Amino acid sequence: MIDRLIAYLTRHLDPFLATVVGVLLSLGLVVLFSASGESFSRIGNQLVNILIAVTVMWIAANVAPQHLLRFAVPVYVVGLVLLICVPLFGDEAKGAKRWLDLGVTRIQPSELMKIGVPLMLAWYFDRYEAILKLKDYVIGSIVLAVPVLLIAMQPDLGTAILVAAAGFYVLFLAGLSWKVLAALGIAAAGSLPILWGMMHDYQRQRVLTLLDPSQDPLGRGYHTIQSTIALGSGGVFGKGWLNGTQARLDFLPERTTDFIFAVYSEEFGLFGNMILLVLFLLVIGRGLYISANASMLFSRLLAGAVTLTFFTYAFVNMGMVAGILPVVGVPLPLISYGGTSAVTILFGIGILMSIHTHKRLVTT
Amino acid sequence: MLLRLPLKIGLFRRSRAGFRPRGRGIEMRDLVRDLQRFQLRLAICAGGVLFAFFVLLLRYVYLQVVQHEYYLTLAENNRISVLPVIPNRGLILDRNGVVIAHNYSAYTLEITPKEVGAVDPVIDALAEIIDIQPKDRKRFRKLLEERHDLDSLPIRTRLSDEEVARFSVNRYRFPGVQINARLFRHYPNGEIASHVLGYIGRISDRDKAALERKGIAANYSGSDYIGKVGLEEKYEKELHGVTGFEQVETDAGGRAVRTLRRILPVSGDNLHLALDLRLQEVAERVFGSRRGALVAIEPSTGGVLALVSKPGFDPNQFVEGIDPQNWEALNTATDKPLNNRALQGVYPPGSTFKPFMALTGLELGKRSPSYTIYDPGYFILGGAAHRFRDWKQGGHGMVDLHRSIVISCDTYYYGLAQDLGIDAIHQFIGQFGFGKQTGIDISGESGGLLPSQEWKQKRFGQKWFGGDTISVGIGQGYNLATPIQLAFATAILANSGVVYRPHLVRQIEDSQTGDRRTIEAEPYNKFTIKTENLIRVRDAMIDVNKPGGTAALAFSGVPYGVAGKTGTAQVVAMKQNEKYDESKVLEHHRDHALYIAYAPADAPRIALAILVENGGHGGSAAAPIARAVFDFLLLGKEPKIPKDDGKEEAEGD
Repeated sequence: MIDRLIAYLTRHLDPFLATVVGVLLSLGLVVLFSASGESFSRIGNQLVNILIAVTVMWIAANVAPQHLLRFAVPVYVVGLVLLICVPLFGDEAKGAKRWLDLGVTRIQPSELMKIGVPLMLAWYFDRYEAILKLKDYVIGSIVLAVPVLLIAMQPDLGTAILVAAAGFYVLFLAGLSWKVLAALGIAAAGSLPILWGMMHDYQRQRVLTLLDPSQDPLGRGYHTIQSTIALGSGGVFGKGWLNGTQARLDFLPERTTDFIFAVYSEEFGLFGNMILLVLFLLVIGRGLYISANASMLFSRLLAGAVTLTFFTYAFVNMGMVAGILPVVGVPLPLISYGGTSAVTILFGIGILMSIHTHKRLVTT
Repeated sequence: MLLRLPLKIGLFRRSRAGFRPRGRGIEMRDLVRDLQRFQLRLAICAGGVLFAFFVLLLRYVYLQVVQHEYYLTLAENNRISVLPVIPNRGLILDRNGVVIAHNYSAYTLEITPKEVGAVDPVIDALAEIIDIQPKDRKRFRKLLEERHDLDSLPIRTRLSDEEVARFSVNRYRFPGVQINARLFRHYPNGEIASHVLGYIGRISDRDKAALERKGIAANYSGSDYIGKVGLEEKYEKELHGVTGFEQVETDAGGRAVRTLRRILPVSGDNLHLALDLRLQEVAERVFGSRRGALVAIEPSTGGVLALVSKPGFDPNQFVEGIDPQNWEALNTATDKPLNNRALQGVYPPGSTFKPFMALTGLELGKRSPSYTIYDPGYFILGGAAHRFRDWKQGGHGMVDLHRSIVISCDTYYYGLAQDLGIDAIHQFIGQFGFGKQTGIDISGESGGLLPSQEWKQKRFGQKWFGGDTISVGIGQGYNLATPIQLAFATAILANSGVVYRPHLVRQIEDSQTGDRRTIEAEPYNKFTIKTENLIRVRDAMIDVNKPGGTAALAFSGVPYGVAGKTGTAQVVAMKQNEKYDESKVLEHHRDHALYIAYAPADAPRIALAILVENGGHGGSAAAPIARAVFDFLLLGKEPKIPKDDGKEEAEGD
């Protein structure tokens, strides 16, 4: 009886992904315990976050892709409306308007767009599958560009990059021609100075700091310098769990959220980093495998975009902590403390599972 | 495996597509081509992912393997700060264990100029809640000028509990100002023995450079003070102790989280002096307001029982940083209170030189005890026109060796000097320590001068003339000696040629173990003097203090034997035939009064030399001081404080 219940509950869960994700989430709790200064309340909060996120994942996994297809336009439209509302009614914090108070709860509409944009684009390309013309890519680009610009103006560079990346992956996988890609690349390079002019001061500072963190060791470069010290001092095998001095003596800022990787790396060293890279690769590889074997274009595009967005999270965060990418507010997937990112990531994982497990049910 | 899978599928599909003829089954072809294209793109993405992760891995290898040591050091520097723990400075105690320099703890109000910016408005604001005198401000300004790199400088020391409380309440108004508990040096006896103790003061840039040169600057991290003068300077190494260190783990806010390692400081060694503070006090009291010096030595050890240089100063005012006005006053005062006259003052030894001359004559066989001269009141050198006058007009008549000392006959010694020759005098009397530093354990000692032919050649490039020797015989001429040298020579005389280096510190006590190390326990030289000659000179010196002698008045009714010799040193040279009239001479041109003695004469416990600047006659100005000192040491008699300042009239010099 119980066996059958379990079988029913897990029928749409991919055991492979579930295992790797479970390992990563557990590892996240282990690191969080150290990063939070052995705070059990933090662990408790994160457990609640994970519980909510796993539920979201379960729901997403049990919704067949063709049903998901129907949500694409409403999700995107709602997301866009909310994004427009943010500058008008949003709450301001640290000079940026990112949050919208809905009375019941505060939400960050930009998070919604991390799924909403690839969903919408995948829906669009799936719908016009037979006749993919340049026009479709132009429309796709507009669908992508509007929310990205709105998010960048909040300003929230990290999320804007992630949303842009997610949308771009759909465009790329859908077959955007190399000529257009090359043209886009040149245009992007050409627009860099314009972009620079449009950037907020603190965004420029982040870029400058990346180029030379030592110029402002206590100000803008502090994050990067302290996190590279944490990494470097960890060595091959690390200082051991709960023994990272950089984290435990407050030298690392934001060490439970965006910079949790520095804590992990200080305590577990290069060895730990390699394990983490392999775990992430397993998730990404499985995602790409699911994408490659999906039956519908929509599923393929969505699975590919979700997987590559997951990769982008991991890469940007781990590169930023290691001092080779600018400091943008991107959490480390499945490891960083925080409910929003856990829900977003696990929702994506749930979509992957759904695509994989519903494949056979779709008639070709 | 998983990652390569899409690529394989793609290739497989592509090869199969080759078999299909174009233009058939459009939908089918499109689907296959789309899938192929999609999987190719996916493969490109997978390649990108692998490449990106490889870049990350390279970066981690670089940081965690190649640069590991560098970052480990940075992390350790982040985490660990080393705080010095200042050792307690060693105590200074007299021979009876009386403390004459110790430490006390007090609160100071300190400003960190670097954090404050403009100092004056802060001091103005502080003055509203804490009593800050103009002299505190001046002192602070002086400290500010002296040191630029110092963290915090005291604006007020010795805060009362109430002031501490008042500041604590207002603390938030004064960033960069804090109250610290610090150890302060204190000299409880004020001016007494000030020239022996010297003082400590704030470490100056020059001190710092010297410490760095000696390679001991690390031991002074956290220390604000260093011995500047006197014993505090000479025994700085022993007194300072070893600075301890606390390795503290600090968080990013600089707060100490826990102590990792603690190396306790080692307190400085305690100095046990040969000096008897009570005797020192008596000597200083008897000296009164007169300028001069007194050095008393225990002949059997070389230990300095008392060392007076008048005027003195209060060493306590240097400890907290002397304010510029007082500093100016001390430096420009005509009395020069900062000069240690006992060690640095050079004076002609005058007639106190005569016992040594007499002994030289006896020892070198140039005089016999019975050899008698007729003193007409002058000495004529080899038929030349130059007359060397005796201090007594008309002369002393018939004078033998004994009488020459008792009445202090100059003419006798003019002749003796001529007969000995300068080099014999230099060679023999040099053994008593004249002409070179005694090696007492305080810096800045002057070497005095015991002339020789060679010296004159070197110094002036001139030949020694026979006439130069004559005045040397009575301790004038080129002769110069410090009071410590006179005391030293007297001690050697009292000790029959056994020479102990004079020393203030008798024992150095290790503050940890309590072990005591004795200083100068052994004589460092010994020369033979015939006992009969010693006795002859001693007997004459005893009679100096008896009726008929030049110090008879000072020693009337003395119950113990005193062997002494008076002296008067000319400050201004007089012309031929000019009579010295004390009343007509400016005070600072008056003669210096000198007296050397040891007692009891048969078993000496003390040998001393006294110099009273511009005091006039040795017998009247200096000998009474010796009497008071002897009476106190040998009889335990407290002196009646003399009201006069040495203008008591007495015959003799």
